Amino acid sequence: MKYVILIYHNPGARQQFEALPADQRARGLAVYEALNEELRASGELIVSEPLADPSTGKKVSVRDGRVVTTDGPFAEAKEHLAGLYLIDCDSMDRAVGYAARIPEASFATVEVRPILGFQGTDM
Amino acid sequence: MTQQLEDLLRDLVPRVLGVLVRHYGDLETCEDAVQEALLAAATQWLVDGIPANPAGWLVTVASRRRVELWRSETARRHREETLAAAPQPAAASAIDDTLTLLVLCCHPSLTPVSQVALTLRAVGGLSTAEIARGFLVPDSTIGQRISRAKRQLRDQEFRLPPPEQLPDRVAAVRHVLYLIFNEGYTASSGPALTRVELSAEAIRLTRQLHAQLPADGEARGLLALMLLTDARRPARTGPAGELIPLAEQDRSLWSAPAIAEGVALITSSLASARVGPYQLQAAIAAVHDEAPSPEATDWPQILALYGLLDALAPGPMVTLNRIVALAMVDGPATGLNALDAAAAELAGHYRADAVRAHLLDLAGDHALARTYYESAARRTLSLPERGYLEARARRR
Repeated sequence: MKYVILIYHNPGARQQFEALPADQRARGLAVYEALNEELRASGELIVSEPLADPSTGKKVSVRDGRVVTTDGPFAEAKEHLAGLYLIDCDSMDRAVGYAARIPEASFATVEVRPILGFQGTDM
Repeated sequence: MTQQLEDLLRDLVPRVLGVLVRHYGDLETCEDAVQEALLAAATQWLVDGIPANPAGWLVTVASRRRVELWRSETARRHREETLAAAPQPAAASAIDDTLTLLVLCCHPSLTPVSQVALTLRAVGGLSTAEIARGFLVPDSTIGQRISRAKRQLRDQEFRLPPPEQLPDRVAAVRHVLYLIFNEGYTASSGPALTRVELSAEAIRLTRQLHAQLPADGEARGLLALMLLTDARRPARTGPAGELIPLAEQDRSLWSAPAIAEGVALITSSLASARVGPYQLQAAIAAVHDEAPSPEATDWPQILALYGLLDALAPGPMVTLNRIVALAMVDGPATGLNALDAAAAELAGHYRADAVRAHLLDLAGDHALARTYYESAARRTLSLPERGYLEARARRR
């Protein structure tokens, strides 16, 4: 089963992280490195990427066949997507176990969502 | 490569790898060497024709490749070469190690996803890229999974486990083959040219397991179940990839040879072996497949079989399917009562909502049926299933 792990930041999370002592920040990054390495070694990692700040993004819409893009910064949202993992593992429990190790789980929000697959059973 | 050549090569894989591992005792390098020998054979045999002794050819080439692989490995480690001079194994072995290989690849120290990947490569002879395409994940994910699995098995001896452990280990093999089959039994036509047919591969490997253990009723039952299920494949999806339920399938599209083989297997199995869950599921599939029309389905027999399955291997899916059969025999009201009675066991299963919607439909309560179809559609993890459930909801 494939699962995506979504890491959300809230406006305060970044400042909170920056305010931490250097050794604690380093520890947070080391946790990421260890997690990435473990997922790669076990053959469960498909992709993991941190996302640039939402103000660097563009919103895209197509109206009457015309592509319209809107630059950031966008109205302050409560939370924004800051990074993601796509993994392939045996169970939701296992995916949750990995998600719980992400540093943001202790000060922001981490969400696990199953990927909609193509498998179908007879009905 | 022609299909005939590919079939021949892939059938030889477990025998050739068995000879090598038995001789050298090193699954990791031997398996890589066999993969390379397969690649060499695929190009060379196409030009020169198939050699008189194809297995011997592969053993010889793989043995040479193994020495080369081993050399480059030792060069990295700055070790002395001693193995290059080791004698090659006899090409033809009287011992068929397919079962030993299957049992090793499904070792309990590996996770199910690793067991699946390693089995497809070491026994099935599929390349890492082919397996990756089959599971729609990157090559690196599968490659990592296989090399880690091989490393984890490094200290395992290449021989069958003691007799008292064999039943559990063979059960793990059956489960892995069942997982491979289900993964391949998708509703999506997908990019058919590049996608390996995992269900066909599962059937091929289960044939091998059955050939190794002809007295194992559950291996036979599993093969029958796969054949009887796969027989309906041409009818189970519409032109846009949408799921067509059993009751609405064009039964003339079902594969008659697959049904005949599956029915023969399950009939002989039920007559001789101790009954088990795969055999019961195969027997149920056989009853469906033998009905010329949905109305002609022998639901009382299906209900009785689910009763046996419920006693032998209970679970929420068995409970649900049994309730469907009960409703077909005694009417939707009885089925709905049974659903209520099983509410605690079925809590949280979206299929319970799908079944409730179906029974409400049959009972004439279309408005409420719609609510439950929608609820089930929101909770399924399958795209074609969601499409089907949403279409049902819209019909009301």
